[in-house]
Amino acid sequence: MVQLFSRHRQQIVSCDTPGMSTLRDQALESFLKLGFPNTKMEAWRQTDLTECLARGYDYPVERMPEEDTQKVFRCNIPHLDTAIIGQLNGWYVSKDVPLMELGNGIIMGSLAEAKKKYPELVEQYYGTVADSTSEAFTALNTAFAQDGVFIYVPDNVQSPKPVQLINVIQHDENLFLQSRNLIVVGKNARLSLVHCDDSYNHQASFSNIVSEIVIGDNAFMDHYKLQNLNNSSTLITTTCFRLGAAASLESHYLSLNGGLLRNNIRLHFNGPHGIANIYGIYLMDGKQHIDNQVFIDHAHPHCTSNEMFKGILDEHARGVFNGHVLVRKDAIKTDARQSNRNILLTDTAKVNSKPFLEIYNDDVKCSHGSTTGQLDNEAMFYLRQRGIGEDSARMLLMFAFADEVVGKIAIPQLRQRIEDMIKKRLQGELQICEACVLHCSTPEQPVEFYIDLSKI
Amino acid sequence: MESDSNKIIDEVTRGDYKYGFVTEIETEFAPIGLCEDTIRYISDKKREPGFMLEFRLKAYRHWLTMKQPDWAHLSIDPINFQDIIFYAAPKKKKDLSSLDEVDPELLATFNKLGISLDEQKKLSGVAVDAVIDSVSVKTTFTETLAKYGIIFCSFSEAVQNHPDLVKQYMGSVVPYTDNYFAALNSAVFSDGSFCFIPKGVHCPVELSTYFRINAANTGQFERTLIVAEEGAYVSYMEGCTAPQRDENQLHAAIVEIVAMKDASVKYSTVQNWYPGDKNGVGGIYNFVTKRGICKGSNSKISWTQVETGSAITWKYPSCILMGDNSVGEFYSVAVTNNQQQADTGTKMMHLGKNTKSTIVSKGISAGKSQNSYRGLVRVSKNATNSRNYSQCDSLLLGSLCGAHTWPYIQVENKSSIVEHEATTSKISEDQLFYCQQRGIDMESAIGLIVNGYAKEVLRQLPMEFAVEAQKLLSISLEGSVG
Amino acid sequence: MLLSIQNLHASINGKEILKGVNLEVNKGEVHAIMGPNGTGKSTLASVIAGREVFDVTAGEILFKGTNLQKLSVEERAREGIFLGFQYPVEIPGVSITNFMRTAVNEIRKYKGLDPLSGGEFIRFMEERKKLVEITSNLTNRSVNEGFSGGEKKKNEIFQMAMLEPALAILDETDSGLDIDALRIVANGVNKLRRPDNAFVVITHYQRLLDYIIPDFVHVLFQGRIVKSGGKDLALELEEKGYDWIKKEQEA
Repeated sequence: MVQLFSRHRQQIVSCDTPGMSTLRDQALESFLKLGFPNTKMEAWRQTDLTECLARGYDYPVERMPEEDTQKVFRCNIPHLDTAIIGQLNGWYVSKDVPLMELGNGIIMGSLAEAKKKYPELVEQYYGTVADSTSEAFTALNTAFAQDGVFIYVPDNVQSPKPVQLINVIQHDENLFLQSRNLIVVGKNARLSLVHCDDSYNHQASFSNIVSEIVIGDNAFMDHYKLQNLNNSSTLITTTCFRLGAAASLESHYLSLNGGLLRNNIRLHFNGPHGIANIYGIYLMDGKQHIDNQVFIDHAHPHCTSNEMFKGILDEHARGVFNGHVLVRKDAIKTDARQSNRNILLTDTAKVNSKPFLEIYNDDVKCSHGSTTGQLDNEAMFYLRQRGIGEDSARMLLMFAFADEVVGKIAIPQLRQRIEDMIKKRLQGELQICEACVLHCSTPEQPVEFYIDLSKI
Repeated sequence: MESDSNKIIDEVTRGDYKYGFVTEIETEFAPIGLCEDTIRYISDKKREPGFMLEFRLKAYRHWLTMKQPDWAHLSIDPINFQDIIFYAAPKKKKDLSSLDEVDPELLATFNKLGISLDEQKKLSGVAVDAVIDSVSVKTTFTETLAKYGIIFCSFSEAVQNHPDLVKQYMGSVVPYTDNYFAALNSAVFSDGSFCFIPKGVHCPVELSTYFRINAANTGQFERTLIVAEEGAYVSYMEGCTAPQRDENQLHAAIVEIVAMKDASVKYSTVQNWYPGDKNGVGGIYNFVTKRGICKGSNSKISWTQVETGSAITWKYPSCILMGDNSVGEFYSVAVTNNQQQADTGTKMMHLGKNTKSTIVSKGISAGKSQNSYRGLVRVSKNATNSRNYSQCDSLLLGSLCGAHTWPYIQVENKSSIVEHEATTSKISEDQLFYCQQRGIDMESAIGLIVNGYAKEVLRQLPMEFAVEAQKLLSISLEGSVG
Repeated sequence: MLLSIQNLHASINGKEILKGVNLEVNKGEVHAIMGPNGTGKSTLASVIAGREVFDVTAGEILFKGTNLQKLSVEERAREGIFLGFQYPVEIPGVSITNFMRTAVNEIRKYKGLDPLSGGEFIRFMEERKKLVEITSNLTNRSVNEGFSGGEKKKNEIFQMAMLEPALAILDETDSGLDIDALRIVANGVNKLRRPDNAFVVITHYQRLLDYIIPDFVHVLFQGRIVKSGGKDLALELEEKGYDWIKKEQEA
């Protein structure tokens, strides 16, 4: 890996400012010290990467030729009006415009390009939110990542429509990808971001995606992470949020498919009165593995955080939830809630849940809850007594279970689509759909659900 | 009058440790430090059979290969094992056969602690084994219990008189390889209690052991073994105190419980080792491994603990629910004040079918203390239809303390239900105001509210203990608000 | 004959609760089952509905001439057995509208009928709501979630109106109701009475029977129906108390 770095150093650092190059060198050094995580480490006890890492991968250091973007990046959610930007195999797909500057001052496009064009702006934030000294994958990413997406919403600007970032892996070889995103939402600004991670064929891949997201004072961000990859893909995402005073964040992790998924979510309240709601739903089957690690740092007073992660695990799937809320000494009037609920459908599925509260202050309201079990027998009997068949009753309850999270999606078209996808997923219909990027259905094949759950 | 009442208030609110006295008794010590010779010395002193020495040496050799665990949320000053005396015993004049032969100083000590070894003045229905430093000085009621076939004696006596039972069960629940402090205990343990309830016997009295560290620079390493045969029942209580000293003293104990088919064992602890002074000088390091196994079907083990003492507490009374339909319970109140640190909780290992466990943990932190709950609930693949319910609450008094909750939940089958709930909050200002408005002072109000908060756990304690525990809770928190 | 129960024995976890119940219910009848607490009234209702935790150890239940033994809970429901629960369970996330639409359409499918379209369903629901005096907002909420005791019971009656069962068993529907709610519940039942359906009203008190006049009253005691009579039996029970039955049984 070091050899790879030194061999291609010139290529890798080509877009960097001198400060960033230094950052890379330091990160590489940290990574060499840390090494890949193993199951002896507390944070990785339940997620074993040995098998994923043992596969051979290509490490692309040079930009790959662009595919027909029209073909790859299309989203067929009806009436979902988004500004689509795409990433293919870790590289921003430019369509010859590597960086867009919109009239209202919003900048959107390739991070590599942004480093060249707005070095000061990028440098002000780059590497300041993510921790490259103690987290191996972040260090690795900081050392190697060359491109990714840069979004800048200036102060007082509201992004007129949601930005949809589609990250697609399509390659004939196994790929090891490092991509890096930087998203800055200025003071009083507003951004809605739909971030889709997708694989497009059955090739194995290992993605290490680090996103740094800075949300300015009094700003609002609505964030969606939609994960739908093939069963041989490994996806490690590290998303680090920094919230200014009175900033608020709504974040949704919707994990429907993937070989091994690990979401590291790090949130730091950088001023008082911040609000963060983080929701997660995961539906896993086969030998799929999902690991959500959520760390919330209540470093300032009067902040509110709420985590709600729910999962349904079938067959041999494994679900891991590790929540950590840290309330620092002076963070008075903190209100923090953590909840993880799981349903196991088989005796071979497994759940590990560790909702952890670390509190150094008495003027707080904190709670956590974790339940693991099956569908409520009383409710099953009640539904069946009303004439609803056992399968339908089960489906109804599972859907209701998931809908507590899905119902929080604020974009109606997206919510509708996710609900449809969940219905299909619950029926075991949805594996990887080749037809389109999101593996939703194609319009020609409308979603058929045995029970009509549509809201009347 | 006024000066009198001032004095009373002063006394009551000082919240000092009232068991901090030292008894002047002639004591014999093992040479300071730890090596194989120390172990041979202990084994020799106790005239142990060969299998015991062998067990100890194996444990010691294993211990040498281990490292002190650092995963707990505790900051522990390094322990120099060569500065500790591993065996201290009040000198015996001759073999004790009646109470008259117990050193009057010792009797006075236990009387001062509120424990009467005189069977005439006995606590009604409680048999006591009194352990001072490394040895058991007197066990009451032994003869009465013998009529039921119950063996209740010091561990040393058990080694002499019931070697087969000891051999069969010792280390069967907590093997010497289990952890660092268990290995240390297995190598150097000096005494403790042994209790055997034969098939079908419902033990008519509460059994209890009272542990007292008296001598300076010593560590206490006792070992308790409770075996309940098929259909047997016993309720067992344990209490602990130590003198006030400026250096930290180490207490590393092991408790093993075996419950066979239909047996039920209730184990209650009121732990009040010296916690150190307000600045964190001195106090006991309480590193204890307690574990019970529900071996047979329908067996039950219930742990209740009130932890108020010790500078550092590191203990996780656990249940291995092996038998089908077996039940494990853990009720805990842990209070930390001043500079105390506690990392305590439980493990519930569900292995058998239809096993049930309940965890109720109430943490109360005050002063600059750190109080952690750490619990594991594991439901294995074969433990179908199992249930766990955990409720872990933390109460914070003051802005300098910490309260942490680390539940580990692992479920591997679809028919089991595991629920965990926890809240952390400060003492309610409305409740305090309400009490104060009715003329109750702040300290008493806190005592009252905390006792109410801990009630769910306290009511699990045997009567004799519950009263003591309630007083202790209030006392431990005195001076915590200012 | 709508329902015929012969020598029904049922137990839970090996403990026998019903010890030989005999009961016959014809179309157009209202039966009241009374008795002290813990005598098996709710068990009887659950066993008829097919709750799996109970084991039927002897006897049989015929419904419209078919033995229910082999039918699942939902099949019995689709055949027309409705159980009004004493403690209706809360089901968060499932709105009453969705719930009822699913139930109505599954039952229709079972009967070989086409499902109701969204519009038809809504019209039907509004009509039924009016019938049982339910205000509109109830149906947008999740099933029983956060409902008061009275709301839960009214919701049960509303569902009964929606599903139009041949046999409705109301298990202590009157418990925990104030007088207004009680009247709504009773009026709902009375409006739904038809020559081709029947009701079994399980109650502890005579109070409900002032509003729903029964044709027959049975006393269930220690797992058996020990006394049957007309509506006057309820009044007699009210007057003399259950001790009267106990004494009579002991004698």
